[in-house]
Amino acid sequence: MKQKNKFLFIIIVFTFFYFMPFSSSKILNALMESLLMAQDYARQHVLLCLIPAFFIAGAIANFISQENVIKYFGAGANKFLSYTVASVSGTILAVCSCTVLPLFAGIYKRGAGIGPATAFLYSGPAINVLAIILTARVLGFELGLARAIGAIIFSVIIGLSMHFIFIEDEKKKNLNANKNLTIGKVEQEDRPLWQTTFYFAIMIGILIFANWGKDESIKIWQIIYNFKWFITGILLIILSWIVIKWFKKEERIQWVKSSWGFAIQILPLLLGGVLVAGFLLGRPGSEALIPKIWIENLVGGNSLWSNLFASVVGALMYFATLTEIPILQGLLGEGMGKGPALALLLAGPALSLPNMLVIRSIMGTKKTLVFIFLVVVMATFSGMLFGNFF
Amino acid sequence: MKIEILGTGCPKCKKLAELTEEAVNELGVSAEIFKVTDIHKIIDYGVMVTPALVIDGDVKVAGKIPSKVEIINWIEEINI
Repeated sequence: MKQKNKFLFIIIVFTFFYFMPFSSSKILNALMESLLMAQDYARQHVLLCLIPAFFIAGAIANFISQENVIKYFGAGANKFLSYTVASVSGTILAVCSCTVLPLFAGIYKRGAGIGPATAFLYSGPAINVLAIILTARVLGFELGLARAIGAIIFSVIIGLSMHFIFIEDEKKKNLNANKNLTIGKVEQEDRPLWQTTFYFAIMIGILIFANWGKDESIKIWQIIYNFKWFITGILLIILSWIVIKWFKKEERIQWVKSSWGFAIQILPLLLGGVLVAGFLLGRPGSEALIPKIWIENLVGGNSLWSNLFASVVGALMYFATLTEIPILQGLLGEGMGKGPALALLLAGPALSLPNMLVIRSIMGTKKTLVFIFLVVVMATFSGMLFGNFF
Repeated sequence: MKIEILGTGCPKCKKLAELTEEAVNELGVSAEIFKVTDIHKIIDYGVMVTPALVIDGDVKVAGKIPSKVEIINWIEEINI
């Protein structure tokens, strides 16, 4: 770190500790909330949810052929398939958030065009496997599912809208398009599809059963709950057997390395997000720095205004991977409506001020503005719809 | 020999750059390593998934981080 920066850092830290009213009970309370929220996460979500999720993400990054997916984005590909694949492939391709932008640029400039490209741009970050898993776990199954479904459906709608709004430009562009997209020579070992499917099914099973909740009202649910560790144990044994029998040593090492890579990349950010969310918003049921009444007024209930406000804020704010979840947890705990929460989840990951600038450098200002407009409208609309029924 | 690492700056791209530097140092060849972070230039190579490694204009791998051994092999192929 340069000397000038070190000096600045010391000044900032000193000023912080000099002026912060630590004896104020409000601040103390906010600090406690921040620490308690972090403890909640450590106790409830890390072991049973995040760790399996990291392994699943690592497996996706290593064992699913990206090449096979990308061929659907070529200019010559069947349009219906391009859109469908664009809307769901975020689970496979967007596991590393930085891959979304280059891929979007590629599809837009040299591949299937603005429709599938914007569909992917929207759904990719939104449908990130880790985010969906943690959303379902922390914010509730309905919100997790709504997020996934909303991302898929609206990505297709947005993609198609962009395509038709800009159809003239699209027709002019096809001169440069490649029929096939190269991504260099990617060596892939061919594993029978059923093995890969089974492997993923077992991992997802472990995730589901380890997190099986208690629900005394439904008999079969409760029976499974009583046996959940037994079932999880068996699945773990099957997984170990699969991993030893069907995978080469190098593949196992790569898998663990990728999973570790995700953990290292994401855990610090998540911790930061949780501490900040806890400090500003507090855990569900408690109040921290930001008064509950502000949240209720701005994004409470399910009005058009709340949903719109949540969408716009989501679109502008930058959320590092997964940090939207503790922030939303805090907001929901302070009176945010479920509708606006979904609106924020749908508009948040896809857009942020810095990333709008990059998109603009690829698509141009006009198209970027239309895209942002469509995202905010779709997010607001789905928020209101969801808020109405849940 | 001109080696380019294509990537927008995420950890994967940095890892690829590290491995490539190590490979080049181990082999002792003279090679210039460039980091390409501009999205337009990246697509011009036909690469859609970063990180990617380009040696003398040829895309060797894209979408994943190759092992150092693979990088060494590619460099040696060119040197022959």
